[in-house]
Parts: sequence; C-alpha cells; structure tokens
Amino acid sequence: MKYYDKLVFELSKEGRVGYSLPVNRFPAAPEIPAALRREASLDLPEVSEPDVVRHYTNLSQMNFGVDTGFYPLGSCTMKYNPKINEEVAALPGFAGLHPLEHAGLTKGALKVYQEMEKALAAITGMYAFTFDPCAGAHGELTGLMIMRQYHMMRGDLARTKVIVPDSAHGTNPASAAVCGLEVVEVKSLENGRVDVEALKPLLDGTVAGMMMTNPNTLGLFETQIKEIAELVHGVGGLMYYDGANMNPLMGVVRPGDMGFDIMHLNLHKTFSTPHGGGGPGSGPVGVAEHLVDCLPDIRVSGFHGNFGVILRAYAYILMLGKQNLKKVGQYSVLSANYIKECLKDAYKLPIEGVCKHEFVFDGLVNDGAHDDVHGATTLDVAKRLLDFGFHAPTIYFPLLFHQALMIEPTETESKETIDAFIDVMHKIAAEAAEDPRILQEAPHNAPIKRPDETTAARNPILKFKDTL
Amino acid sequence: MAGFPYFPHTEADVRSMLERIGVGKIEDLYADVPKEFVKKGAYALPDAMSEPEVRAWLNALAGMNAKMKVFVGAGAYDHYTPSVIPYITSRSEFLTAYTPYQCEISQGTLRYIFEFQSMVCELTGMDISNASLYDGPTAAAEAMKMAIACTKKKTRVLLSKTLLPHVVKVVETYAKFHGVEIGYVPATDGQTSLEALKAELAKDDVAGVIVPETNRYGIIEDHTGFADAIHAVKALLIEYCDPSTLAVIKTPAEWGADIAVGDGQSLGIPLCFGGPYVGFMGVKKEHMRKMPGRIVGQTTDKDGKRAYVLTLQAREQHIKREKATSNICSNESLMALWVTVYLSLMGPNGLREVNKLSSDGAHYLYDELVKTGKFEEVFPGKPFLKEFVLKPKKFPGLLQRDLEQAGFFAALDTEEGYVSFCVTEQRTKEEIDELVKIVKEG
Repeated sequence: MKYYDKLVFELSKEGRVGYSLPVNRFPAAPEIPAALRREASLDLPEVSEPDVVRHYTNLSQMNFGVDTGFYPLGSCTMKYNPKINEEVAALPGFAGLHPLEHAGLTKGALKVYQEMEKALAAITGMYAFTFDPCAGAHGELTGLMIMRQYHMMRGDLARTKVIVPDSAHGTNPASAAVCGLEVVEVKSLENGRVDVEALKPLLDGTVAGMMMTNPNTLGLFETQIKEIAELVHGVGGLMYYDGANMNPLMGVVRPGDMGFDIMHLNLHKTFSTPHGGGGPGSGPVGVAEHLVDCLPDIRVSGFHGNFGVILRAYAYILMLGKQNLKKVGQYSVLSANYIKECLKDAYKLPIEGVCKHEFVFDGLVNDGAHDDVHGATTLDVAKRLLDFGFHAPTIYFPLLFHQALMIEPTETESKETIDAFIDVMHKIAAEAAEDPRILQEAPHNAPIKRPDETTAARNPILKFKDTL
Repeated sequence: MAGFPYFPHTEADVRSMLERIGVGKIEDLYADVPKEFVKKGAYALPDAMSEPEVRAWLNALAGMNAKMKVFVGAGAYDHYTPSVIPYITSRSEFLTAYTPYQCEISQGTLRYIFEFQSMVCELTGMDISNASLYDGPTAAAEAMKMAIACTKKKTRVLLSKTLLPHVVKVVETYAKFHGVEIGYVPATDGQTSLEALKAELAKDDVAGVIVPETNRYGIIEDHTGFADAIHAVKALLIEYCDPSTLAVIKTPAEWGADIAVGDGQSLGIPLCFGGPYVGFMGVKKEHMRKMPGRIVGQTTDKDGKRAYVLTLQAREQHIKREKATSNICSNESLMALWVTVYLSLMGPNGLREVNKLSSDGAHYLYDELVKTGKFEEVFPGKPFLKEFVLKPKKFPGLLQRDLEQAGFFAALDTEEGYVSFCVTEQRTKEEIDELVKIVKEG
C-alpha cells in the first residue's frame, strides 16, 4: 500500500467541472425570495472527472478489504462477499424503484421480502421478520422495542429491566438504554458461560427480558441455555438473541428452538453482504408467533429498510440453498478450532475446549518482557500482523480478559491462507520473545505509522476548514 | 462432496484439520450443544441454485417491478447518479472493508469520511458532522434524543406538522420507548406556525424543536424568529433538511440551528425501494460530545505524516456501553462515500444547476397543471423548489390510474387530500408535456 496525501478539496481549482447535465429547456422559475436564499459561500471542491477518479482510486489503495486478504476480525464475520450479489442489487428494475410505489408496481421487490422472510424463518426457527432495521445495533433496538411493546400491550408496565451478560457486545447495553430499559449485568463463570446461580436472584417481575448471544463473545456455546430460557420465561421475561454470532449455528442450531422469542440477524455478517467500511448493513428482526402483534406500530427507518442489502443476502441464500447451509456453520467452526489448536502454544488460551466460530486468546505466552523492556501487548501483535498482509483480529474485547485477541476465520478461507496466518502468528510470537520492540514499533510498512490519537481527541480537527 | 464456490475446503483439508484438532468428525465440534437443539431433518429452504439460475431469477423478479417515470419525492428523490460513483464505490478496498478499526490500513475509508464530514459541514453550515447515521428519519430521532441529553430535566420535543410523514413516524417510535413526550406544532398557510410554536414553548418543558427546511408540501419554510424563540427557553432548534437544496436555500446554521439532520439520498443515491440511504447530522461545536456515532479526526503519525483516526470515542457504545450517546455502531459508510464522490463531481456549480433544472421543471409542471383547470392551488405564491402539492377537483383515483398506465408514478396522495408532484433534473420536457396531456384528457 502506498501513502497518498491529498484531500479532494486540495485538488480544487475554480472553473473545473466534474459533471454533465442536460440543457435547461424550461422557462425560469421565480427567484427564491431573498430571505430564504443561501448567503454563505459554498466551498465544495471544483474538480474534473479524471481527478475525482484518480483521487478515490488512490484513497482506496490505502485500504484493506476482504478481497485484499484474510480478515479474522472476531464477532464481525468477515466472509467473502459474492459478486453476483452486487450485480443483482444494481439491476435497474430494483435500483430505480421509488419506496412509495404501491404493491401493484413493486411485485418483484415484495416477492424478495416474502421469500427472505420464509428463508430466515426456516434458518432461525422464528415466525415472522421485520426488515426495517439498517444494522445489527438497530436490530437490537428494534427487538427491545418489540419486547417492551409486548409487555405494554399486556398492561405489564413494571418490566423496566433487561439482563445482559458481562461478555455481551457493547451495543447490547447501549441499545437497552436507548430503548428506555435499565441494564442489569450478569457475571460470567470461570468457564466463560453465564453464571446461572448469579442470574437467579436477578429475576423477578421487573425483568422485561434477557439479551444473549450464543455462542457468546468468547465463541463458547452457552450450554445451560435451556435452563436460562426457562428461568427467564418463568418470571414472565422474554429471551432476546443477538444474531452477531449466528454464523456457526447456520444449518445446525436454530435460536427459535433454544427458547429465544426475539432475535436480529446481521445480513452484513452471516449473509455475506459487504460491510462497506462500516455499513450499509441490515439487521432484520425475527419474532416468535406470540409476538407478531407487536410489530406493526414500530417504525425504525424511513421506508422498507436497506432493500439493496436484503437483495444481496437473498442472492446468497439462493446460492446456498438447503444443501450448503450446514457447511457455513461447520466450516466456520472447523477453521476456528484448527487455528486455536495450532496457536495455543504461543498465545494464552484462557478457556480450553471446543469453540464455535471464534475464540479469544489472552495475549502472548511470552511477551518478551525483561529488565527494563516492556513486553509486547495484544495491540502490538495486532499492528505487527498488518506488516504481513493480514488484518488484525478484534482486540481488547470481550472485556473479560486484559489482552483479549478475538479470532474469527469464517468458512470462506482456505487451509493455505489459514496456515499462512498461523505461521505468521508464530513468527510474531517468536519476535516478541526475542525483541518486543519489533512489535511495538509496528506497523513498519503500512501507509502510515501509529497515529497520535491523544492529540486527535484533545485538539479535534474534524473537517477540511479546520486544517486551513 | 459437491463443490461450492465460496467454500475452499476440500475433503482432504477437512480431514487434516480435524486430525490436528484431535476429533474424528466435524459433528464432534458441536458436542457441547445439547442434542435436543441440534436440528434434525432438512431445513425448509429451496434447493441450491447455480449462479446462472440466480442471475436469471433475480432478473425475472426485477422485471416484475414496473418501470416508472418518477414524479414523486416525499423523502426519496430521483436525482441523477453519475457513472463515476458506482465505479468508485464498487472498488473492493472500500466495499469489502469493515469499520476502520485498524487505522494504519484504513486510511482510505478514514479520509473519505473526513471529506464527508467536511462536506456536510459545508452544506449545512454547522461546525461538526459525524461519519453518518442510518437514514434521515433515524437522524431526526437521534437529534431528538440529543436535545433531551443536552437540556437536562426537559422531557418534551416538538415536531412540526409539516415534517414528512415517514420522519414523524420514526421519531414517534423512538420517543415512545426512550420516554420522550412529543408535542406538535401546527402549520399556517403551509408552513410551521411561529405563533403556535411560541405557545408550545411557553409550557417550559421543551428540549428541542424539529422543523423542516423544505416541508411535506414542498414549500421552503421561513424560520425567521424560530431560533430566538426556541433559544429563549434554552431548547435546541433542529432543522430537518434535504441536503441537495442547501446549495440554494438558507442553511440550518443561517437559521440559527443547533443541530441539522437529513437524508443524503438526494445527493445521487439511487431510489432502491428506500435504502440503503445515509443519514447525516451536523451540530454546533458545544454539542460535540453529545453527538451520536463515529467521528473521524485528523492527526499525525509517528513520522509526522498526516493521518486520520476515529476520535472522541468516549461517547460510543463499545467504550461507554449503556452510558453511550447512542447505540449506533455500523452506520452507512459506503453511502457516505457515495455522497462524497457525488459532491466532488458536482461541486458548487453542479449542485446549483441540479436545483435550477429541478426547480424550473417543477414550476413548469405546476403552471401547466394549474392551466388544465383540474386542480385548485393549495398554497398559491408560496416558494417551492422541486416539489409541490395541488388539490384535485375530482377524486384523483382515475387520474392516478391513467398516469400509471402511461408509465408515470405521479400525483401521490397526501393525508390532507392533496396530491404531490416532484420534478428532478432527470425529468424531460417531453415527459412533463405528456403527463400534462394525460391530465388534460383525463
């Protein structure tokens, strides 16, 4: 990757144009009244088309995507994004459809929603889906709204709390707070699972429900899920499934069968749609049959959710079909366990046993600390990986371990890629033992070295005009 | 084992990996899952399709949608998408990246977000923008939450009755669950009433007020006096705007807004049945730390090179959990790139020209429709740009049917019994003349 140091504003020269519009053949409309007219200058760049193309091409070359290389970012399920998905989403028959066109004009689009609902219901064991949410956290929020709506519709207004394990994704408690629920944290056991004994005293008539992801963020299956669901249901609460970790269960286990009442899926994780550098995603929410009446009044996005993303996921499901679904789950679990077993000699594995699609190391076995030399941290390992052409795993999450390094390979990486990653991870561990400074100064050959984040936060420069 | 193009594992690979793990078969890796939860029997899914079959089927579905000449806006506008945009946004380095957590290999994403923030600030006149929100309506809902957070102890947010209906519905949903009381400011003569606003503000529990710059009738609202009245009770003025139009009409900052929100769809994003679009938010500097979502800032790396990072993260869910300013994590990054490339191509002059073409076309259509004698003017003389409403003298069902049969999606019913029209630079004079002819003959 080569460093490129321009902002598009810096390419601007008065009089250049990058657009081409039809000749105006209409009579002039009345002028906008002076009191309503923009007075400020409009300092957008004036750039030619070739300049724009080259600028963004140069920017793209400072970026790393799944198509560039291995991206073992835990909990993000960075699987391959099939290209047929992109092709079908761009078809003019879909891309040109106005969201307010009525059912008679949008039969093809509505069919996509119907077929997707059927497929997701089959995959998850849920009864019905809403496709309005635009991301995973948006799905969580919607699901919690449905949870509250259910209790409100029954006149059960005392339920103001939601139980969230300490290993949960940060979005879980944040979504609960946005939804007006009080978060009660339940601790994990030494073996990484929810502490059922600690859960019991938290349960009473004020509990709206419990949010869980299973397997949890350590990649471990919550083996007591049946008991947990029975306990929560026993006090009248609902079970919410955070679908961020759905990938290992594809074709093997259905959240609906485990006692979950509400769940979201991340189509941009499990269903192969590209993450786009941070969206657009899609977070459809599924509910069990007894919650269907809670759906209609909840409107969380302007029209019908991210239809373009839903289309991509539909193409993926058609390709998978019932024949290949199970392989998604199985291969993702196989690859994760393989990496874990191959690397646990060099990286601390806090909890032994089979994992699902991901697992967490707690830093290096030998971080190279000696005398006055600090040992290499998880951050240093992550930065060194970049030098070898790999994206880093998720780091410092979950919060249960100080040096968490969370690795998720997905089912679309070959054994050769995975072996190359394992080799590099061993090499980095050996470097750390020998001289941790090699890691601490990494990355050595990325477009930039480590940036000064403290100054960025202390003296925020957040737009081009702040730089002038 | 039948091959599948997205799975690289061969049987030999699987065997050797299982051996290294020390288990006999893949199913053993699920030994910790209680047996009763392992799905028995086949999933109720269709058979796998080959890629040619998927392509043919999706093309068939796309063909089942009618191909219409779009004369409706109401929050989704059929502006032109220059061919450069999909070309750039489909570059896999942008498309297949995750959120830029590893900034050293994400400078491309971080830099375009910085440019996006700069452009949002330029259009709205606000000090600070975030990296994007889901869409316009959710951006308005986030602004509502922010108003509550910025003005402690106040519990009510006012919505103008002239906001687009889909914005109102989303804000109401968020408000219901977040515990915010919603009040409404009625309209006088097609625009938010300052008198009615002042009456509501007198009740002293108002945290913020959301008003549209161009409203559900297409009218450009005059917000003279709004900021003073709202700030007098220490509430926030939130302007909901169509960013394309901000090239020519007063900016939220010029109206004295504390927060500007809206949907970036009008900046070259295809209609695509409602999404993906991109919400944006610009705020005054003093509200920076209450702002939801990601923010990119400029700094330097160890060698002094200019570098971009996610900054001010202490507001966000992965740090603050339930105390975060919002739960948003993934946003609409690629659509922010879409908008950034659009604005780079259009520049100030292109964007003004888009407005001129759209507005001239819309006024031409308005005048021609009025001339047919089939409509009453609802708000005569009120200034508008690309969108307007008229009141049909007869039940509009037959008219809509005639238009639809000729391939026009136009004359959308409103709650008030009007019909609304919209003209962008994509609509030709021939199309408009044909539409008018159908109306005349209908």
